Amino acid sequence: MSLQADRAAPTLEREHSLHLLRQMLRIRRFEEKCAELYGATKIRGFLHLYIGEEAVAVGAIQALQPDDAIVATYREHGHALVRGISAESIMAELYGKQEGCSRGRGGSMHIFDARTRFYGGNAIVGGGLPIAVGLALGDKMQGRDRVTACFFGEGAVAEGEFHESMNLAALWKLPVLFCCENNLYAMGTALKRSESEVDLCLKATSYEIPAWPVDGMDIIECERAACRAALAVRSGEGPCFLEFRTYRFRAHSMYDPQLYRTKEEIEEWKQRDPISLFDARMRESGMLTDDDLKQLEEEVAAEINRAVEFSEAGTWEPIEDIGRFVYSERKPS
Amino acid sequence: MTTDDKTVRMTYREAMRQALRDALSRDPRVFLMGEDVGRYGGCFAVSKDLLAEFGPERIRDTPLSESAFVGAGIGAALNGMRPIVEIMTVNFSLLALDQIVNNAATILYMSGGQFNVPLVIRLTTGAGRQLAAQHSHSLEGWYAHIPGIKILAPATLEDARGMLWTALEDPDPVLIFEHGGLYNMEGELAADTGAVEIDKAAIRRPGSDISLITYGGTLGKAMQAADELSQAGIDAEVVDLRTLRPLDTPTILDSVSRTHRAVIIDEGWRSGSISAEISARIMEGAFYELDLPVERVCSAEVPMPYAKHLEDAALPQSPLIAETVRRMVGAS
Repeated sequence: MSLQADRAAPTLEREHSLHLLRQMLRIRRFEEKCAELYGATKIRGFLHLYIGEEAVAVGAIQALQPDDAIVATYREHGHALVRGISAESIMAELYGKQEGCSRGRGGSMHIFDARTRFYGGNAIVGGGLPIAVGLALGDKMQGRDRVTACFFGEGAVAEGEFHESMNLAALWKLPVLFCCENNLYAMGTALKRSESEVDLCLKATSYEIPAWPVDGMDIIECERAACRAALAVRSGEGPCFLEFRTYRFRAHSMYDPQLYRTKEEIEEWKQRDPISLFDARMRESGMLTDDDLKQLEEEVAAEINRAVEFSEAGTWEPIEDIGRFVYSERKPS
Repeated sequence: MTTDDKTVRMTYREAMRQALRDALSRDPRVFLMGEDVGRYGGCFAVSKDLLAEFGPERIRDTPLSESAFVGAGIGAALNGMRPIVEIMTVNFSLLALDQIVNNAATILYMSGGQFNVPLVIRLTTGAGRQLAAQHSHSLEGWYAHIPGIKILAPATLEDARGMLWTALEDPDPVLIFEHGGLYNMEGELAADTGAVEIDKAAIRRPGSDISLITYGGTLGKAMQAADELSQAGIDAEVVDLRTLRPLDTPTILDSVSRTHRAVIIDEGWRSGSISAEISARIMEGAFYELDLPVERVCSAEVPMPYAKHLEDAALPQSPLIAETVRRMVGAS
């Protein structure tokens, strides 16, 4: 299945390529279904879709071992799916059902899962970075060689928490893999309209953190960069920073008329759809046929159907339980 | 807890330091981090000498990045450690408000009970040292507004010594507000004193005529007022809240039900305050026990002024507490 995380130069062997394609398709189709369900009012609140950015989460997470940690943002369905949280429990969470991965307490923006060490789902831009630093500090102090992957958008670099966290992680040489998903817009504010310096890697290197830009529409590039960076991070050299240059094809959330960008720009980026690009690349090298894709699509569709059925059949948490988990019900070990 | 009569004389600061030393010695998961906790010895010298004893990994100086090091405390707590984060003053904690309110207080709930945050944050609070409007405020009542965190205010040597360990054993985030005016307070403490419960208020002085309800830095002022009042034949009970969230409402209501009069003394501002909350709870739970309306002695609603006479005038003082009580007792 997945590559060894310390493998620096993944090859395009068929099985692995199919795995990558499947993961991207799972995100794409899952979120298309989410948009449909939002229209049908099955899902409410804010819903931020990752469509167009799939290669980043899929590529980056290939570099992680099972006991590594992830801190993500409010646009995290994809990361959660790839990390191994079931589509059923994610979808049920979006429905607000108690079978959801956060019992329906979090919704789309707050996916949590202890089993896979998935620490949210943080809806404060930049708010997850200090937590990632702390998770990594915990690993370092306990002598574990685990990595914490911290995903955030380019909008976060305007936050003080970004700079404080970069500095602290570098100062203490903590094993954080900072994954900046640069989709060019912080909601509707273009990077160039909000930053005096738009070279994000420069910001990271100013804290003595090795940093590389990555073509975020190229799954192989994403995977390769993440594996290299994770190897360095795991070896105790301190944090790394990857700027994944990507684009979201959909609106920021479901309430966004997209006045801040042109249709032409969106169309131009869609020419570099990470799934289409990889599909074409696989076909060129003889690794994908129409039948293969048909089978993949069918399997993914079946998984999503199961998720919807599971969520529809899910139950509402009793209102009497509203006060549970404000404080712990158990003593820690 | 005392098993023999031996006592030692120490300050509140030393009691807190003993608590830190004890926690660091007992549990390898415990570490202290914050600004100048190590080489400097702590802004208020609470952690003095601990660096030499426990080393820089566990007595961890941080950059001036309140949000990052509080968030790092949350992350480390989520990952098996038992961090104690020191924030120099409550005013500086506002730079970490995102981490405290949006993360520490919510992660257990948002995750449907999966991730608890066993984090302890120590902060210095309160006025009285001419540190003006950015080092002197009492925002613990404000923090007590927030579900998901617990708010402690040790006002005695015993609590300074004993609350920390209990807070560390708590599975959820606990904020300990240490009044800056108390660090030099000296007294006798049982040599074998240890952990204390953190979910109950304490009657520091039993009385029958009126309940003085207070906590933290104003406990001493209330006790002083009660002593003065006793000479005038007024028997005041002093309730030390100890914990502002969750509030020990039964102890408050029980006291008021016995004395039938209550005055709340709080160094926080009056508007939208913990004193307002306590007053409301008394009204909800013991209205018919009251002989007259609850009164409050709080700080003046001004940013804390620097000049000594103005600062004194801005703070609740024992003469005003005593005067309020005399008026209330005389009136009923």
